[in-house]
Amino acid sequence: MSADTIWALEIVPRDQSVDPHTRNLGQILDDLGASCVPIEHARLYLLNGTLSPALRTATIDLCLDPIIATVGPCESVAAEGWIIEVLPHPGVTDAEGESLAEALARDGFAGIRARAGHRYHLRAPLAPDLVAAAARRLAHQVVERVACRPSSFAHDPDWWRAAFMPDAAPDPTVETIPLRHLDAAALEQLSRARLLSLPLQDLEAIRDHYVALGREPTDVELETLAQTWSEHCAHRTFKATIRHHEAGRDMVVLPGLLKSTIMAATERVNRPWVLSAFRDNAGVIAFDRDHEISFKVETHNHPSAIEPFGGANTGVGGVVRDVLGVSAEPIANTDVLCFGPRDTPESVLPAGSLPPEMVYEGVVAGIADYGNKMGIPTVNGATLFAPGYLANPLVFCGTVGIAPRDRRPTEPRAGDLIVVAGGRAGRDGIHGATFSSDVLGPAHAELGSVVQIGDPIVEKRLADALPRARDLGLYSAITDCGAGGLSSAVGEMASELGADVELSRVPLKYDGLRPWEIWLSEAQERMVLAVPPDGWPALQKLFAEEGVEATAIGRFTGDGRLRVRYEGGIVAELSCAFLHDGMPLRVLESLWAPPDAAERGKIAPDADLGELLERALSDPNVASKESIVRRYDHEVQGRTVGKPFVGPEDVGPADAAVLRPVARSWRGLAIGCGINPWYGELDPYAMALLAVDEALRNLVAVGADPARVALLDNFCWGNPMLPDRLGGLVRAALGCHDAAVAHRLPFISGKDSLFNEYRLADGTTHAIPGTLLISAIGIVPDIRRIMSMPLKRPRNWLYLVGLTADDLGGSLALRLDGRRGDHAPESRPPVARNIFRAVHRTIRDGLVQACHDLSEGGLAVAAAEMAIGGGLGLEIDLGAVPATDPALPTGTRLFAESPSRFLVEVAPESVSAFEKRFRALPHARIGQVLAEPVMRVAGEEGMVIEAEVARLKACWQAPLQEPTA
Amino acid sequence: MSSATMTPPRQSRRRAWGLPRAMVLRAPGVNCDRETARALEMAGATVETVHLERLLAGDASIDDFGLIVLPGGFSYGDHLGAGTLWAHRLRALGESLRRFVDDGRPLLGICNGFQALLRLGLLEGGSLAPNASGRFECRWIWLQRPPNARSPLLEGIEQIALPVAHGEGRFIARSPGVLRELESTGHTALVYCDVDGRAGDYPVNPNGSEGSVAALANAAGNVLGLMPHPERAVSAGQAPAGRVDGAGLAIFTNAVRMARG
Repeated sequence: MSADTIWALEIVPRDQSVDPHTRNLGQILDDLGASCVPIEHARLYLLNGTLSPALRTATIDLCLDPIIATVGPCESVAAEGWIIEVLPHPGVTDAEGESLAEALARDGFAGIRARAGHRYHLRAPLAPDLVAAAARRLAHQVVERVACRPSSFAHDPDWWRAAFMPDAAPDPTVETIPLRHLDAAALEQLSRARLLSLPLQDLEAIRDHYVALGREPTDVELETLAQTWSEHCAHRTFKATIRHHEAGRDMVVLPGLLKSTIMAATERVNRPWVLSAFRDNAGVIAFDRDHEISFKVETHNHPSAIEPFGGANTGVGGVVRDVLGVSAEPIANTDVLCFGPRDTPESVLPAGSLPPEMVYEGVVAGIADYGNKMGIPTVNGATLFAPGYLANPLVFCGTVGIAPRDRRPTEPRAGDLIVVAGGRAGRDGIHGATFSSDVLGPAHAELGSVVQIGDPIVEKRLADALPRARDLGLYSAITDCGAGGLSSAVGEMASELGADVELSRVPLKYDGLRPWEIWLSEAQERMVLAVPPDGWPALQKLFAEEGVEATAIGRFTGDGRLRVRYEGGIVAELSCAFLHDGMPLRVLESLWAPPDAAERGKIAPDADLGELLERALSDPNVASKESIVRRYDHEVQGRTVGKPFVGPEDVGPADAAVLRPVARSWRGLAIGCGINPWYGELDPYAMALLAVDEALRNLVAVGADPARVALLDNFCWGNPMLPDRLGGLVRAALGCHDAAVAHRLPFISGKDSLFNEYRLADGTTHAIPGTLLISAIGIVPDIRRIMSMPLKRPRNWLYLVGLTADDLGGSLALRLDGRRGDHAPESRPPVARNIFRAVHRTIRDGLVQACHDLSEGGLAVAAAEMAIGGGLGLEIDLGAVPATDPALPTGTRLFAESPSRFLVEVAPESVSAFEKRFRALPHARIGQVLAEPVMRVAGEEGMVIEAEVARLKACWQAPLQEPTA
Repeated sequence: MSSATMTPPRQSRRRAWGLPRAMVLRAPGVNCDRETARALEMAGATVETVHLERLLAGDASIDDFGLIVLPGGFSYGDHLGAGTLWAHRLRALGESLRRFVDDGRPLLGICNGFQALLRLGLLEGGSLAPNASGRFECRWIWLQRPPNARSPLLEGIEQIALPVAHGEGRFIARSPGVLRELESTGHTALVYCDVDGRAGDYPVNPNGSEGSVAALANAAGNVLGLMPHPERAVSAGQAPAGRVDGAGLAIFTNAVRMARG
């Protein structure tokens, strides 16, 4: 056989009945009206190079386990059938293909390239249109190509060849972009044509800068400026001066939203255990004398909208690198996901957006894949469904890290080498930073180049190597290579010193990238380190041992200039001062008007409350997320002492996760979150207070000390250039400030993702509901005293702690009937703080048997969940519920979502000690635990709910349950 | 914390006096090495975590160890099937691993390590296929030692609760006859069961394994491969409600006792 031939190997699993790919295609064909088509799925491996019989034997030996699979025919089969093949686009990361090529090289077959894909045999005479439609649904078109052909044409070498990157020569082209003479319209045209996503004000500042310099910029310079100044990298909105207007109030001028709200709160509460807030890649707090804990939450929304698996996958990879960037070892992941309703018919989907079911499946699989493979337990999160997220799903990914205390190297020094370590650069992810700083539209579905694919094992190698390098003191600063690629990572590290970089040294996946592409590539799994030259040999050796590729690509200089070269010639020279401080300050107008007065929102006095409870439990926002969570390894590393599902049957939904970070210490770490966009539709300020309250409640309920909690904010909003969108954002930020100050707790990190909007073909744009995620991390003094939510023992008493008010606005109970109410639940942070402290102390002192926070669905859902989790029953008398108004109706008592409330199980012998702790606080004994698994609720009207716990459990578990073999 | 990932300098003695030397053998993508090392330390071993490439480079030697554990994870990304590429790379060690086993020293493969031992042929009788559910799953399950199973690594264990977390753990025997043979000869070391010790369908048998097989041993009983993770069940707080804390430690203490000889 000659060099450069293509050969395909098909590996067919023997048991097709359980193959997820076979099932998936079967479902697709079923949806298209062709049921019971015999299908066979196979992995397809393509080899390219000098082929030989020995290579064939070696490849089969590697790829085939004869007990569970066979080698497919790869040639003509049933004359009347079809073949569908799915292969990665050339250049798209294919870790499996690379692994095969590496293994073959170790066996002595050097220079063989490999790609891995899928092949499906459809053994039935189907209409070509139908097969084509099924094929389109099988592939994620932005990263995969799909072809279908009659079974009689099993071989298609030309199509196979197209899965490989064609050979290309290095491309040293650097363009000069003449812009000194351009007027406003021409500048904006340039910005659009090059995907710079810069507003006119910025373009003019750049033009004026080059007029003053007396030359034109190179493409490398212009791209560097666009990345560095993008909303994504520079957070222009949160730094802008905002003129905020509200009806009936004087205008407020906020000089920098982040500084004047969230950071101001952190400064004001001034907690000594905050080691780094809003400065490094992640927030850092003290854990004990020897250890510090870092936490960061990021979003990866735009990429997940276009390619759910890859987008979510690299979202996890990115936030893990943030924690590596504070020299910590990742010990836990979190994920909060917002999707459109899964059953949304395709006919009402905005053009160009993926079906929500596909987004849901892809995102969950992507998160599971990265966290599981890196060996980081995914321990906490939330999943929300609302129509507002159909075109713009939200994917929040968080990572918690641990490190020896106060040994984070953060200062690069002049003369240090610039070392890039990890993956290689390719065209993947170019323009990601500017892409996410723009509104999504139908055309974005075509933008394959902005989507990255992850390779978690490459990042795992980095995570194994970096703590060793830290302990040996081999680097003086480190940062992750994320949005904007090297341009952003090196640019930021060099912002004071300046740097000199040689781009031709950057390792590439394939040749043919222009200098600006190398500089901007957002290829995954890369870190940039500042390395003192005398430590470089030791670091190289260490990286080699761990299988990490690392290359010195330049030096930090000390002259304050960012100089970028390609093969010696300068392709960009920017003053760091202009690059980092030259961007014009934005002045933005913001306007908040309360939503149109709606009806007050009540539950009808004659409503069947038992039926309402069942509907509440079956709502996907409340229903058990077990089918998602079990796909995440939440036990790896052996630290997870507070699990996501608790109780004797492991089904009760825990309020927060608890880790035991240090094996020789009993001290624990609780991780939880608060999020509710429906309150924000009524008032984003209230939403912020409520989200902080919820996050704290969740932590307190598992035993965390409410005085030792750090908060993180993540704002996902629409286009901040529109005053009505910005108005809500400003109110939410003000709410964050006030909540933090009232609870005397710091924010340590945050991130905003703006432009979560979709432009329809008619030109109108639609924003997501403004969404604030509050993540919380707190100290649990002793993990032997952690608390869980399932009911424990019959005849124990149930106490309701906290005050119930007429708080149905934005509640699940109203939403179930398509209503919203007129005001968000009211927070009372000073009372909340006392309640949290008292609940914590009673848990710490062993006076509590079970504790669950009341959130969506109020008392009714919380009580049902405790019964489901414990496999026991309960009875409650609503007349005893501590209420703001004695006349509060029964339905409101059951379903109101007033904050700062807990349902607490107390053993009879602890009653007096427990009550003493709550003497000055709203609380009441409202019922008791029953051995009989039934939930009985009595109101003024008599028995309003009497339901078998098994029935409630079925309602709660069914909606997201997956059918299993 | 960090010290667990650091590799102490190699000791030249063949076996440290008193404490058996245990090797946690890692490779790219292996991710349960730290908690496995800790479990072995708790069981009384002196532990060294060794990267496979260091062994292959001759910077460490199998002969210096009395006990080897292949921990869980996603070695080489589980590409080409879980454990395949790890086994492929382990073959480059030549006969030294086989000699280690023939010598009667204990070799434990957990999850991904079990998958690699099967691919290597150090355990036999079948393969581990993708779960019948078609997906990765993490949950606590119950296991029982069948009456015929006599591996000293399972001494004292009758029924035990441990967590599983895998996507490819469905045991498929080479043939129905082989499945019966594995059971009658005591090679089937642990089977999935419910809390009362009865076999069952999903989720009692979390991956659809034939014969509910969760673990296999070799004839001599010194090689044990198991899908569940005993290293995640060694200390207080790890076991959920209704299960015994620290139950997984027995497997490591048995291994250390065997290594002591």
